[in-house]
Amino acid sequence: MAMTSDSSGSSFRLSMLIYDTRYRSITIQIVFLFLFMAGFAWLVDNTLSNLAQKGKDIDFGFLGSRAGYDINQMLVDYSNDSSHARAWIVGLLNTLVLALAACVTATVIGVIAGVLRLSNNWIVSKIMTIYVEMFRNVPVLLWIIVIFAVLTEITPAPNAFRGENATSSMLFFDSVAITNRGTYLPGPLFSRSLGDIHLGIVQVSTNYLVLLAIIAGSIWGYRALQHNAAAVQEATGIRPVTWWKSALIIVAPTLVALIVMGFHLEYPELKGFNFSGGSYLRNSFIAMWLALSVYTGAFIAENVRAGILAISKGQSEAAFALGLRPGKTMNLVILPQALRVIIPPLISQYLNITKNTSLAIAVGYMDLRATLGGITLNQTGRELECMLLLMLTYLIISLIISGAMNVYNNSVKLKER
Amino acid sequence: MKKTVFIGAMTAAATLVAGAASATVLDEVKARGELNCGVSTGVNGFSAPDSAGEWQGFDVAVCRAVAAAVLGDPKKVKFVTTTGQTRFTALASGEIDLLARNTTWTFSRDTDLKFTFAGVNYYDGQGFMVNKALGVSSAKELDGATVCIQTGTTTELNLADYFKANNMKYEPVPIETNAEAQQQYLAGACDVYTTDASGLAATRATFADPENHAVLPEIISKEPLGPLVAQGDDQWADIVRWTLNALVAAEELGITSANIEELSKGTSNPEIDRMLGSSEDDLGAMIGLDKQWAKRAIAAGGNYGEVFAANIGESTPIGLARGLNALWTQGGLQYSPPFR
Repeated sequence: MAMTSDSSGSSFRLSMLIYDTRYRSITIQIVFLFLFMAGFAWLVDNTLSNLAQKGKDIDFGFLGSRAGYDINQMLVDYSNDSSHARAWIVGLLNTLVLALAACVTATVIGVIAGVLRLSNNWIVSKIMTIYVEMFRNVPVLLWIIVIFAVLTEITPAPNAFRGENATSSMLFFDSVAITNRGTYLPGPLFSRSLGDIHLGIVQVSTNYLVLLAIIAGSIWGYRALQHNAAAVQEATGIRPVTWWKSALIIVAPTLVALIVMGFHLEYPELKGFNFSGGSYLRNSFIAMWLALSVYTGAFIAENVRAGILAISKGQSEAAFALGLRPGKTMNLVILPQALRVIIPPLISQYLNITKNTSLAIAVGYMDLRATLGGITLNQTGRELECMLLLMLTYLIISLIISGAMNVYNNSVKLKER
Repeated sequence: MKKTVFIGAMTAAATLVAGAASATVLDEVKARGELNCGVSTGVNGFSAPDSAGEWQGFDVAVCRAVAAAVLGDPKKVKFVTTTGQTRFTALASGEIDLLARNTTWTFSRDTDLKFTFAGVNYYDGQGFMVNKALGVSSAKELDGATVCIQTGTTTELNLADYFKANNMKYEPVPIETNAEAQQQYLAGACDVYTTDASGLAATRATFADPENHAVLPEIISKEPLGPLVAQGDDQWADIVRWTLNALVAAEELGITSANIEELSKGTSNPEIDRMLGSSEDDLGAMIGLDKQWAKRAIAAGGNYGEVFAANIGESTPIGLARGLNALWTQGGLQYSPPFR
């Protein structure tokens, strides 16, 4: 190390930066970096000077001022007196809820379709081929609009449920109403509610936190029970009977908690122009959710199929030789190995879903793009600031998703010891 | 050292480019030989293409009058469709020279968004349209209703204020264009459609059964609609402003598309002579145009009253009364400063 620096130091000439292969790549990289930075600086400077010429500046102060508009779907408290920043958060949560719901259903649909496409049953595999090719090859915006149009055009208006000779009626013992505005479902209520926890900008219902904790505890207890049973089986060769214990551990604590908190359902009722009470899934949400799920599901199906085909046939033959049935072979042998191939492209599909939620404005779903990038941008006229914030927000969401998925990928990937 | 010189040179070049871009709008339009005019994506009577693909309407007439005044030909207009969301960006970026798209003159648009409103060509207010089957006769009975609303407009804010002031709740359904809103409303996905009352009348006129839909009597806001230009070029703003004024003044002075040729040969009224360029005074030179600019602007589609009657007046399917938009001499608000 010392020798090389000595020898190069003694006979270093400027021309060596270009002609000496030891330095050339570094020289090129530095020059390129400078050019890149100069180009970027020029873009920023150009933007700022052009804005200054129009008498505009970059100012994020508008975020604190009163928004003045209403948002139909909100997961946290919001009114038109709230600030633009809060509208941004409402939009962000709407985006996240949609993305999360669509990721879950797309994965389920994708895995089922991908596995079935490899089925030996000719009809099933062909139907899945048609599904994949149909949804994969039409732009998702069209699917969103088609599903939304179908939901609005063929379902009855709330008016049709009214009066003596109503043309429509509610389903499932008058608990579910499907209208052309959305679907009304019974909503959960707690008569002895534990209240909310205020976490700065959002508030979280303690009821659900408690329920989540209890369910997590039940699952942990169930695992411990199974572990224990396996240990007994190892030692004695006889597996103890656990089914009633596990059923008790999983169901009983949650049930007790629900009764203690006075859980009951609130049914939607026709009041005035619309149904009120219960939970309300707007058609815009349903259309986005369905469209993103089936569209991305088609891509995931292909990933799953590729992952399964990547597993050598010897694996399933070995499993069959051991006497495993096809279902068990798939679940215990093929899929766990296939996950290694499936997860990396699955990350991209989750990112795609999240980014595609920004098409929501097409059906009036109030996501991030519709609140911060739509109404706020319009009412304040701060295009650049809103777009920068939007890009930053989507970037952060995407980085978090890919970070989390990479952690998961590391846990399932082939471990080389 | 060299790098700083290089960056300096680039900055200088950028300034030069920016400097060249800030030539007056009038020069640009003349050099282009075409006026880029921002209009809506289709509101019957205000701006919509007819069966031959020609743009027609009340707002379109403003574009045509300005083109006639500046370029001498009302046909030399390139219509650029804009939505409620894209219109201001299009104007601020210079993609369009003039925006004539039912745009409400507000304080923040005039000041913060850096636009200049050239005047008011239609005094409007926000109203509600409902299906008569609902049995609603007043906006005060709309508690709990689902309301279709064009996003990116002042109507969004007025609606929020109105329902709040009356202690009512509503469910907003944001929609991008008038056509989509119409489809949602007709499908019954919303109980109410709200926008400017003129827009409601225009939309209702295109329904298959306009008699089954009613515009409620409440007007919940002031919506002075008018053409606007980007701030910073006063000459261009003046041209648009005075073209609009010329149309109003022409109605007041009794100049119509029928008699304009006759009157331009000289009359006993010096103001008519000044406007039509048949006297010694050269008003056109003061705004960078020729003597006949106002004459051409009026000849393009007639005076304000004629434009109103032809596009949205009571004899058209839209059937709007003059109301506030009558001349000041007839109890309305349309008033032009003197041409002197």
